Amino acid sequence: MQDVGLKAKNLSVFYGEKQAVKDISLDFNARQVTALIGPSGCGKSTFLRSLNRMNDLIPGAKITGEVWIGDQNILSPRTDVVLLRQKIGMVWQRPNPFHKSIYENIAFGPRYHGIRDKKKLDEIVEQSLRKAALWEETKDRLHKSALALSGGQQQRLCIARSIAVRPDIILMDEPASALDPVSTAKIEELIAELKQEYCIIIVTHNMHQAARVSDRTAFFLMGELVEFDQTDKMFTNPANQQTSDYISGRFG
Amino acid sequence: MARSVEREKRSKHLVEEWVGRVYTLICVGLLVLTIFSMVYFVASKGLSTFFRDGVNPIDLFTGVKWAPESEPPLFGALPFIVGSFSTSILAALIAAPLGFCAAVFIVELMPKFGRKVLQPVIELLAGIPSVVYGFVGLSVIVPFFRDIFPGQGLGLAAGGVVLSIMILPTITTIATDALAALPSGLKEGSYALGSTRWQTIYRIVLPTTLPALLTGIVLGIARAFGEALAVQMVIGNAPHIPRSLFESASTLTSAITLSMGNTIMGTAHNNALWTLALILLTMTFVFVFIVRWLERRSKV
Repeated sequence: MQDVGLKAKNLSVFYGEKQAVKDISLDFNARQVTALIGPSGCGKSTFLRSLNRMNDLIPGAKITGEVWIGDQNILSPRTDVVLLRQKIGMVWQRPNPFHKSIYENIAFGPRYHGIRDKKKLDEIVEQSLRKAALWEETKDRLHKSALALSGGQQQRLCIARSIAVRPDIILMDEPASALDPVSTAKIEELIAELKQEYCIIIVTHNMHQAARVSDRTAFFLMGELVEFDQTDKMFTNPANQQTSDYISGRFG
Repeated sequence: MARSVEREKRSKHLVEEWVGRVYTLICVGLLVLTIFSMVYFVASKGLSTFFRDGVNPIDLFTGVKWAPESEPPLFGALPFIVGSFSTSILAALIAAPLGFCAAVFIVELMPKFGRKVLQPVIELLAGIPSVVYGFVGLSVIVPFFRDIFPGQGLGLAAGGVVLSIMILPTITTIATDALAALPSGLKEGSYALGSTRWQTIYRIVLPTTLPALLTGIVLGIARAFGEALAVQMVIGNAPHIPRSLFESASTLTSAITLSMGNTIMGTAHNNALWTLALILLTMTFVFVFIVRWLERRSKV
């Protein structure tokens, strides 16, 4: 179950007339972190949002191509997006905890997927918080409002919340860009921890972060995939001149 | 030379500043004065029922018989109080779910069409004069109830239904604004956990916007509580507590509008009507207070 990766084939996304993602094919492996980097507006977030069909929510967005998880093409109209999103967790740039208690934030997903047993839920809440390295800080106030947590804690809560539904894949859209350096370091540690179990795809603006946390990196520019390689190689010896320019900070 | 020009300009700015200050101060002073004199007038008239005419407040609030012209006069206002509360609450019970669901449709299901066409149409309801509502109630709702239920069709049910249509725009507009102002990312967060649209509405949207929705409902009740004409036309105006929703009843407002013209200023009957007005005014303050309290809570 944990060997699930994800393959995108000839994926294009249009917003009305404008093509935001141009014919991109990318493979993502289980138990690896793949970073998507590139300047603003290069289509990396749009690409990420296509992988769990979040773009469905945007009026006028159109996706073509295929995204395979195992033997299922999730872009097919027959896919039940609700079931799909249980397999793919997502974390946003700005933490978005629900206006509920810490406990209820975590129990939200599992409860709706049929787990009613209080003991089982308690267990899931504890496990998820432990995995997100938040248990020690919150175990005494599980039933207090999640909005009282700091930004970094809220972000880890959001990660815990997506772990609680036992996904195979976790999508992260600049998960640390709204956080201070200490919280950022904690999130990065957490990503390194989580990749032992999950396929993680992370969009980041921060090239140092990409270099620190990811195994492989994809560089996007103007909706196109410029280069995709092992992170080590990409950052030391990029094959493409544009990649080299971007990584060395000549534009971006 | 340059210095004198500067001084002249400065004094001009000073004059402008003070004219502005004094003018706005006069405006706000007039407003406050109006409010205070209204409250003072209603209170002094209303309270004289107790202090000058010697009516026991307990009798007024609990008495069920209203016969101000009989000998001795009886001032039991409970039927009116019950009538006002039950019509307003009935109206809110009907309008709140309708308003919320309409807001969900406008914001979640068809945002473009909803915001452009549906919301203005619903807000149009707020501009219709209340006599039109009363007339429609009298010629459509009352006969409808008369055909189905025992009685004349006039009563609390007819009043509640007419009021519910009148307060629907208030509740819908506030609910629409609340749903549209939902912090960004909450809905997406819920979808990303594999919730359906309806689970998201029920479990995230509704609880998060609840204080604002309640504000809309209380404002709606306040409007219903104060509405006189439309209610008076369909409620039947019998000064007793009805045993069913389809029996003739009265509200505080309908009692006032019905009798005010027939009483002489300064008589016990006239003062008693002012007491009813005082109860209305006090309840309005209570509603405003509740709304303020809800708004403060929703900010936390």
